[in-house]
Amino acid sequence: MSRDFEWPEFVFLLSAMRWTIVLSLIAFAGGGIGGLLLAVARTSSIKPLRWLAATYIGLIQGTPLLMQLFLAFYGLAVIAGVRIDPWPAVILAFTLYAAAFLGEIWRGAIQAIPRQQWEAAAALPLSPAAQLRYVILPQAFRIAVPPTIGFLVQLVKGTSVASIIGFVELTRAGQLMVNVTFQPLIVYPIVAVLYFALCWPMSFWSLRLERKLDAALGIKRTA
Amino acid sequence: MPLLALSGLRKQFGSHVVLDDVSLDVEVGEVVAIIGRSGSGKTTLLRCINGLETIDQGTIVFDGKALPRDGPGLRELRRAIGIVFQSYNLFPHHSVERNITLGPTITNKLPLADAQKIALDVLREVGLEDKLHAYPAQLSGGQQQRVAIARALAMRPRLMLFDEITSALDPELVGEVVKVLERLAKSGMTMVLVTHEMGFARRTADTLVFMHQGKVWEKGPPRQLFGAPKTQELETFIRAVLEPEA
Repeated sequence: MSRDFEWPEFVFLLSAMRWTIVLSLIAFAGGGIGGLLLAVARTSSIKPLRWLAATYIGLIQGTPLLMQLFLAFYGLAVIAGVRIDPWPAVILAFTLYAAAFLGEIWRGAIQAIPRQQWEAAAALPLSPAAQLRYVILPQAFRIAVPPTIGFLVQLVKGTSVASIIGFVELTRAGQLMVNVTFQPLIVYPIVAVLYFALCWPMSFWSLRLERKLDAALGIKRTA
Repeated sequence: MPLLALSGLRKQFGSHVVLDDVSLDVEVGEVVAIIGRSGSGKTTLLRCINGLETIDQGTIVFDGKALPRDGPGLRELRRAIGIVFQSYNLFPHHSVERNITLGPTITNKLPLADAQKIALDVLREVGLEDKLHAYPAQLSGGQQQRVAIARALAMRPRLMLFDEITSALDPELVGEVVKVLERLAKSGMTMVLVTHEMGFARRTADTLVFMHQGKVWEKGPPRQLFGAPKTQELETFIRAVLEPEA
């Protein structure tokens, strides 16, 4: 005897969506720190650092997220010697994944800043770290906002992959509800709408933030 | 002892020799104007003086100390050598005041209030004290360039380098920047300028340096170089810049 998709089932989806959000936030925070380090390493004058960062980014971007997730899940299990909870595996995999993509986005933003800005800062003479902090990164941030939020939207949707190793987030919760209700054409559209409700405000916020940053720089939009 | 002593500078980009055995002394309070065709090496020479370009051979001695290639030693010398660029290179995300106080507060670790006082002082020197809270994008090219001069002055440098600082300006904005330069020269600042403003060079420079093919081709007081050029190359150059239409 199957259940109908009713209020308790919907609440189940909502509470699972929590974990989609939490996983996205952790991956974004951890990936943000890693990405910043990678971006700085990629634009550094020290060659081995540049090479290491480029290799890491190449490896992560060149392999499927699903493989990284399996490697993290079974890899951690082998190291721990027991079957482990999906939590550490998904956090590890998504953080490493986000770091590579954010690192590459931010490298592009840093390199978009004209060389003359570095020179002017070096002539003041700010230390290399101060050049980054006071001159380069604030300007790169402005350039990086749209692609960063774009990636964040991808990341939120990408967390659905975690359902495969049994991590109960929004997609996995949807599968479970389909299993008990046999109403995929009701459950999956609702799951999709919930993803949309998460992602669309981010895109909207990105546009507003861009305008605000432009205004702070005295830039008038032509369009 | 000269404040700045360049001797035997040589620099190549690939097989192209940009600087070829360049030697030049600059005394305290001296105003040196470097002229020459584009590609003659004058901008490269200027950029070598504060280490923005490295040299392949020769020595650069500032105030008795050899210029190191990089690191803290280079930063230490750069504190005393200000530079102003052709394209202003203000920081667009900072106000005029912050552009000027960055060096004093971050590099010299002055309290913000002291740095702000300096900012107001140097802006007065370039006649822009009312633009303290403006952003670079709100200023004209001439005003941006004057702020860039003020930013360099805020570090209280002992030598100022100017790299074709009027070349990117609309003609009607050149005058206000040249006026600031003349005032600065009169105040006793030691200056090395790469310039196309021949009138300014003639009026203000103590020494004129004509560069050609990476070499110091002729050097001397402006009156002498303009009045009686010794080489065919300088004569041709002067004729070209003074009568551009002919």
